[in-house]
Amino acid sequence: MTSRLYVLPKGEDSRKGLFLKSWNSLGLNGKITDLSIIDSYLIQSGFSVNELARVAAAFTNPIFEKFSINELPKVKDFSYIIEIGFLPGVTDNVAHTARETIVDLLHTKENISLEVFTSKVFLISGTVSMEDVKKIASSLYNPLIEQGHIYTIKEIRKDNNLPLVIPKVVLLKQTPVINVSLSVSDEELIKIGKEGIIGNDGVRRGPLALDLESMKVIQKHFQELGRNPKDIELESLAQTWSEHCKHTIFANPIDDIKDGLYKTYIKGATNTIRKQKGKNDFCVSVFSDNSGGIIFDKDNLVTHKVETHNSPSALDPFGGAITGIVGVNRDTIGFGLGAKPVANMYGFCFGDPYDTRALYKDKNLTQKMLPPKRIMDGVIRGVNVGGNCSGIPTVSGFVRYDDQFRGKPLVFVGTVGIIPRKINGKPSHLKEALSGDYVVVVGGRVGADGIHGATFSSVAMDSTSPATAVQIGDPITQKKLSDAIVKEARGMDLYTSITDNGAGGISCSIAEMAKECGGVVVDLEKVPLKYQGLQPWQIWISESQERMTLSVPKNKWNTFKELMDKRGVEATIVGEFTNSGKCIVNYNGKEIMNISLEFLHDGLPKKPLTSSPIAHHYDNPKTLSGVSRTKALEELFQDKNISGFSFVSEQYDHEVQASSVLKPLSGRGRINTDAQVLRPVLSSSKGVVVASALYPSYSLINTYHMASCAIDTAIRNAICAGASLSNLAILDNFCWCSSYDQNRLAELIDALKACYHFAVGYGTPFISGKDSMFNDFKGYDDKGNPVAISIPPTLLISAIGVMPDLNKTVSPEFKKAGDSIYLLGETYDELGGSEYYKMLAHNGKDKNAIGNNVPRVDSEKNIKTYKSLEKVITKELVSSAISLASGGLAVAIAKASVGGMLGCKISLKNILGEISEIDQALFSESQGRILVTVSKENINKFEKIMKGISYAKIGAVLPSDKFIITDMKGKKAVESSVKKLFNLYHNFSNKMK
Amino acid sequence: MKKNTIQKPKIIIMSGYGLNCEEETKFAFESVGGKADIVHINDLITSPKMLSKYQILVFPGGFSYGDDTGSGKAYANKFKNHLSKELEEFLSRDTLAIGICNGFQILTSLGVLPGALTHNKNGQYIDRWVDLKVTGKSPWLSGIKKISLPIAHGEGKYLISKVEYKTMMKNKEIAFTYDKGEICKFQNLEANPNGANYDIAGVLGYNGRVLGMMPHPERAQFSHHSPLWQMKKQKSRNTKEGDGIILFRNAVNYFNKKQK
Repeated sequence: MTSRLYVLPKGEDSRKGLFLKSWNSLGLNGKITDLSIIDSYLIQSGFSVNELARVAAAFTNPIFEKFSINELPKVKDFSYIIEIGFLPGVTDNVAHTARETIVDLLHTKENISLEVFTSKVFLISGTVSMEDVKKIASSLYNPLIEQGHIYTIKEIRKDNNLPLVIPKVVLLKQTPVINVSLSVSDEELIKIGKEGIIGNDGVRRGPLALDLESMKVIQKHFQELGRNPKDIELESLAQTWSEHCKHTIFANPIDDIKDGLYKTYIKGATNTIRKQKGKNDFCVSVFSDNSGGIIFDKDNLVTHKVETHNSPSALDPFGGAITGIVGVNRDTIGFGLGAKPVANMYGFCFGDPYDTRALYKDKNLTQKMLPPKRIMDGVIRGVNVGGNCSGIPTVSGFVRYDDQFRGKPLVFVGTVGIIPRKINGKPSHLKEALSGDYVVVVGGRVGADGIHGATFSSVAMDSTSPATAVQIGDPITQKKLSDAIVKEARGMDLYTSITDNGAGGISCSIAEMAKECGGVVVDLEKVPLKYQGLQPWQIWISESQERMTLSVPKNKWNTFKELMDKRGVEATIVGEFTNSGKCIVNYNGKEIMNISLEFLHDGLPKKPLTSSPIAHHYDNPKTLSGVSRTKALEELFQDKNISGFSFVSEQYDHEVQASSVLKPLSGRGRINTDAQVLRPVLSSSKGVVVASALYPSYSLINTYHMASCAIDTAIRNAICAGASLSNLAILDNFCWCSSYDQNRLAELIDALKACYHFAVGYGTPFISGKDSMFNDFKGYDDKGNPVAISIPPTLLISAIGVMPDLNKTVSPEFKKAGDSIYLLGETYDELGGSEYYKMLAHNGKDKNAIGNNVPRVDSEKNIKTYKSLEKVITKELVSSAISLASGGLAVAIAKASVGGMLGCKISLKNILGEISEIDQALFSESQGRILVTVSKENINKFEKIMKGISYAKIGAVLPSDKFIITDMKGKKAVESSVKKLFNLYHNFSNKMK
Repeated sequence: MKKNTIQKPKIIIMSGYGLNCEEETKFAFESVGGKADIVHINDLITSPKMLSKYQILVFPGGFSYGDDTGSGKAYANKFKNHLSKELEEFLSRDTLAIGICNGFQILTSLGVLPGALTHNKNGQYIDRWVDLKVTGKSPWLSGIKKISLPIAHGEGKYLISKVEYKTMMKNKEIAFTYDKGEICKFQNLEANPNGANYDIAGVLGYNGRVLGMMPHPERAQFSHHSPLWQMKKQKSRNTKEGDGIILFRNAVNYFNKKQK
């Protein structure tokens, strides 16, 4: 029997306001006067009326909620109903919890026939038409994962109940395994590679992302074996060989760089640095595991990993972002024998949220792209739910906006972890599945969600992008899994190896672990499923979330299983590790895959790449006349790429685990910090400093300098908070576009050369990295004209360091009136690609006039500055330190001022370097510069240590609200007030709340 | 010299299903001389008698069951289904109990404390600091008049009827109210962050022995936790301890004093 339970608030519902605000901004013809939000639980069960009433009562807090069964609650005159629920098969977290509660409440068996589906029901009153209601409904759901239904009051009057239809997955019966003939023309090979294998229904299954060359190697391999590949074998090869998994652009020889970019420049830099550091080398596990690990103290390692989740976030922002953040958490849990996540970070690059142009994936204009605001809201909410529910503080982040991110947003997510260096007497970062161990999958179940995610993200997004590539994360399932593994099973020595199920699902994780012992046999029918009817190849490559794969010795299985049961975590044996040299998959006793590990992992043909250099030239924008730059600074300061984003920071729990030292928001004026400090081990006063930087707009001019500035800024941000240069590591995240284009490859090489030069120059090793090489959109505008949007080549550098005493942490805002203000470093005419030039270009006629003088980094000189800064911070001689980055000196001063809500008087007369114009002094983004304040009693000691470093005393903190900057000749250039700057700084953020 | 034979008070901190503040809460209790065990709800269900050896019961913060079906509801339902008798027995002894944030939501859902918690007035999750004025009488609160602590919640708006409120005020069962104090003035924030009835941030039951509160004292156990730390450390090398630790010390001392 199917029944519906409705739960609704009795009194005022706080959620109403948000909905009313967003609906009334949709441009409706009528006006909404009121709404009610009802939770609906559709329950298929054999329960009695009495039992259902008990269930409903358990879902209801009698103080502010009431329930009704099979009868819409009585609500005063409304005219329409919108119901939003999940599409069949999509993860419904609330339903999971509801089912668990019911089973527990009625003390029934776990496997009782009971299905729960939840939906949100909106009762709407007002003077709105059906057309308006349709608009509202489409703003409430994403058709890729959800369904929306509209009912008029007339329609439901008869039953006074919404339809009792269960959104069950119905999968057509198909032959479980298909033999794919590769004795076909090259055209057909190309088609299989690009659009997928033809299923029984005659429809292609979605991209394998295998090019002709790879297809031919596979063709030859199976010819030699004297048989056709089965569909699962081809799908498996496609996953393992995907750009997403194999990073072919970084691995293949390119021009005369025969070892490829990654080995030469990234790993090469780290190897060089480790050798130079000798016994001071702090790297422990780099590049070989899910995260990179460095020494925290004599007992612990700290790990870091940053991922991107761009393609899924473009399709389903909420699902994409939540799977991104909980996915990167698993890179921590999957480090060594399992590290504990202690901090999350995020970085978002969106299109302009005010841009409402319609874009379509297909020429017939049926597949509409989500507008930037919708993507932004969904992504922010995804990290909110994923991070907050997991009990991991989200300590740091950034948000950037540019029209070039309109096609594909960039969604960076990172997690820092902590793990004892030794567990049960053995080094914790080493792991090895042994032949004879069980292959055990723990966590969530497998569905059709997330199929072809890895291959999808290896190509540009267009109308063939698969809808099933989207998944929804369930942070609570993962939290249970994480706690059971990291806090209990790990210490009990119950498994020999562990890894994450991310891209490619178990096809990748199991095959990867099989390398450790030399083979594996899997019985695929044992994999727990969300619903019946999945074909074997789907089970094998599905990216359904919250799963880890472990190797469990046979004699430990019972203890392991018992523990997982007690923690509400599903654990299943799906096979056994072997030393056969093969990856064998059986399905109901029949062998459906038999590929040698050697071919699976190393069969991918090497494809030498060639690049072709390209130079860019842009005119300078028309500069402003006169001396006053007050308006210019005020306009720049409220630019969304410069101003605060407390609307994001405040909705992320950054204080759980009681580890916060330097928070995402600091000072009276709540400015966003550029680096954060945390205390991952409460019994230790050592701190971990994290920071990051990126300069996508510099890429338009020169990617070498773009990369060098990102490295320099990330390092500088960390040093300003109290990090030590000799104990700092970095991570690279390349997000590129059209990466087979020879010009783009040349730009990539330039960026990598900078990575090598400056990582080695600063002695900061890369410990982990990731790339996402095809951030391109190909589609159509609302008139059917083709539109192509690519992101600017982007490199995110994240820095992580250990500081010996977290009490030495320095925050960026001014502290007290009378403190002297110093500028460390030198300023040059380096406004090319700067936020200031971008603003001038945007306001002017020539929108491309962003200049050419992009900042250059002199690491030798900067090292001296940073080391001296380190010294004065350790001696507690500075009251504040803020790194100069986007927006230059003027923006840094304004930010420090707003942070402390204290005015200042600055003279540009003494600043060092080579400048000729006021704009250069105020807005140039020259690297290696820091603004610090020093209190009277520390000035002598401070200046003594700074001897030999380029520094200038440029002003003082004022007790008043006045904000004054005079130019090189002593004329007033900027005159504003701290209050005004405060409002400008928070203006955009307040609007986005 | 006479040997100190004081037995450390035993504290049980509940965990499981998405509760997530258990470790830092344990750290706070142990740093002031308690002995705290983190116990998974399923283990307590397996050995319910275990509860009788503890003096302090803690429902820490977190996101039990991801707030699905309503914050604290599902965890409270499970506790109620299996451990009602033991909970009753525990509360009938001279014990202390505290529910922090999600733990407070669990305590109200269990019916141990009056009222209920629902969505913040603006419908959004918020992480910030608040100032509190102590208005109740409880072993947890002795010696505290004002205190500043962080909150982090989406459903922290406390609901209570006028009649009940009046009785609770009279009985000194309103633990804290949100107040415009040092931090609100510092960062120009409104006092009541979530629209709670009568500005209530925490309430008491069982003669003040049971405390439920939305703010997180364990996230204020070190001085560096406070947003004012960077300002204050300019003036003096202040103590390493944060204000939040006082609550934990009060609880541990409540039992230590009895032993003397």
